[in-house]
Amino acid sequence: MTTITTSAPSPSAFLQEAEMFAELYGKQQPAFLNLRREAIAAFTKLGIPTGKHEEWKYLNLSGITTAGYRTVSPTDTHALTAKEAEQYRLAGKKSVLVVVENGRLNSAASSMNDLPSGIKIGSLSDFLGQDSVQSHLFQHADFVNEALVAMNTMLCYEPVIILVEKNAKIELPVQLSFVAVPGAESLSIPARVLVVMGDQSECTVIESYHTHGDGAPTFTNAVSEIVVGKGARYFGTKVQAEADTSKNISYHKVNMARDSYQHLTTVTLGGLLVRNNLHIRLDDVNINSYLNGLYVLNGDQVVDNHTLVDHAMPNCYSNELYKGIIDGHATGVFNGKIWVRQDAQKTNAYQSNKNLLLSNEASMNTKPQLEIYADDVKCSHGATTGQLDDEALFYLRARGIGEETARALLNHAFAADVIEQVENEELRASLLQLLEKKLK
Amino acid sequence: MLSIKNLQAAVEGKQILNGLNFEVKPGEVHAIMGPNGSGKSTLASVLAGREEYEVSGGSVSFLGTDLLEMSPEDRARAGLFLAFQYPVEIPGVSNANFLKTAVNEIRKARGEEILDSKAFLKLMNEKMKLVEMDKAMTQRSVNEGFSGGEKKRNEIFQMAMLEPKLSILDETDSGLDIDALRIVSNGVNALRTPDRSFIVITHYQRLLDYIVPDFVHVLYKGRIVKSGTKDLALELEEKGYDWIKEEIAVGA
Repeated sequence: MTTITTSAPSPSAFLQEAEMFAELYGKQQPAFLNLRREAIAAFTKLGIPTGKHEEWKYLNLSGITTAGYRTVSPTDTHALTAKEAEQYRLAGKKSVLVVVENGRLNSAASSMNDLPSGIKIGSLSDFLGQDSVQSHLFQHADFVNEALVAMNTMLCYEPVIILVEKNAKIELPVQLSFVAVPGAESLSIPARVLVVMGDQSECTVIESYHTHGDGAPTFTNAVSEIVVGKGARYFGTKVQAEADTSKNISYHKVNMARDSYQHLTTVTLGGLLVRNNLHIRLDDVNINSYLNGLYVLNGDQVVDNHTLVDHAMPNCYSNELYKGIIDGHATGVFNGKIWVRQDAQKTNAYQSNKNLLLSNEASMNTKPQLEIYADDVKCSHGATTGQLDDEALFYLRARGIGEETARALLNHAFAADVIEQVENEELRASLLQLLEKKLK
Repeated sequence: MLSIKNLQAAVEGKQILNGLNFEVKPGEVHAIMGPNGSGKSTLASVLAGREEYEVSGGSVSFLGTDLLEMSPEDRARAGLFLAFQYPVEIPGVSNANFLKTAVNEIRKARGEEILDSKAFLKLMNEKMKLVEMDKAMTQRSVNEGFSGGEKKRNEIFQMAMLEPKLSILDETDSGLDIDALRIVSNGVNALRTPDRSFIVITHYQRLLDYIVPDFVHVLYKGRIVKSGTKDLALELEEKGYDWIKEEIAVGA
């Protein structure tokens, strides 16, 4: 384990808030008080990782403590109206839209009155005392070793809970729209999600990040725990579409039971400093997991995709495809770990990372890591970083297509195949639109 | 239509074209033959505007304008078409989308109305028949996974779609079996009109049985050293190039 240097910046500013929050939550949510206290202890020990930490070396997090971020408070009022929230909808008019404004559910701006049967959505306070919440919330995302998870766990006020009943096939996509509404001062926004899918259930969950209006930069620290029951099918999409001043660190833990399936696509277009941590735990046999990612960067963006696919049991399949287009002074990071534990015989695990660099100042750091402790497995990984194909560019131009259009066409073609694999048609169309806008 | 005067060009510092003179009038079909390394493909590349080729002297006028000053896309928009010797595979861009973009960019540049999807499909269906292309091929990514014959057929299909004034076929016959050769040639012949011209670059006389040229030229050491009718191609097929090389040696 790498030792974490805590010299700078100091986490003490958060600790006071966390203690205060713990007192407050303790009254409302006694069951979680101990976990929060453990998270506070872990965060005290870990501190905010600095550039000296191997896993965080490309991200400079010092700003989130020194720039005087204020953690959002349960007494903050909501500003966003339902009409304003509409513009962030990605999966069609009929989809369930859950607006999470500055980390807390904004029911008035959401459209979730007519939920399909078999699914329940709300804040933690709506679910207090329920077994499935009690046994999963704060239990899966590793706050003992992950400082930002610890920070989220001690600060998040209103986790959003989604419960899908056993056998329920939820056809309408559910979009959790995390809208940061900046103010005069910089806001630190903890956002927390728990999705518990019953056995044989099915649902599509989109988690999208947006910035509404102008103001001081925001820092979102999001943690999602997704529990996929036996034979259940989870279709997830993460969309980063925040302002180019925003910082966003998210951590997704997906726990998969036997015979389950998940397909998670991470699309990063916005944000100044973005870290997408995905930890997929294949906890039993006959599991299929697909992780796809796309990042299209320009300006001074720094986007770091850290994925861990953890094969614990035999006869599972995982496939991972990450693609990036990096322009301007932007920096991309891909760190893809696949663990195949000793018991995970007959594992098939594949990973691929492909990048296009469009400028001399753009950079890409890619690090695939396979750690295999079983002997009867099929695993492969590959990474490429290159430039736009000059021959293809000339071919298009020789057919009368202008250079700019030709470049856009080739970039789009490179990126689109990640989006083409998104199951929901309306979501796919929205993502292609966002991509087109970004490539212009 | 095309007037090349004293053209000199180099690639990677190596001089390939050494004062080439060449004239094409509307409706004419010119065949250019010549031994390997004589500069045939270089000529095609220079005309299409490939940036790696450096023109060090001479002039090329196309429909009265200076071709060498134009970008590759402007040349295409002005009515020049190069059928590539090695068509490029472009994963992720469908043939149909590619052609729709190309057709409309050209129309836009010419101040014509943009084709909507319906009008475009109609045009595409019509031109597909020319090269016996099936619909599935238009939905596939440009040239991706195409056989050699399919790629060349796709070049002619693009030519039919873009309706150029001057087409340069760069060894379009190489790697084609007899059926593909027939299909490709029929496509080209169907496009022949009194005001459309063609430059057919080839190694083999065989193609010229199908696409009958008005003139045949021999390119050697970056210059046109002999011109004649289609009979010259037959003579070359029979005797090779040595006699021409000797003629030049004597002349020098």
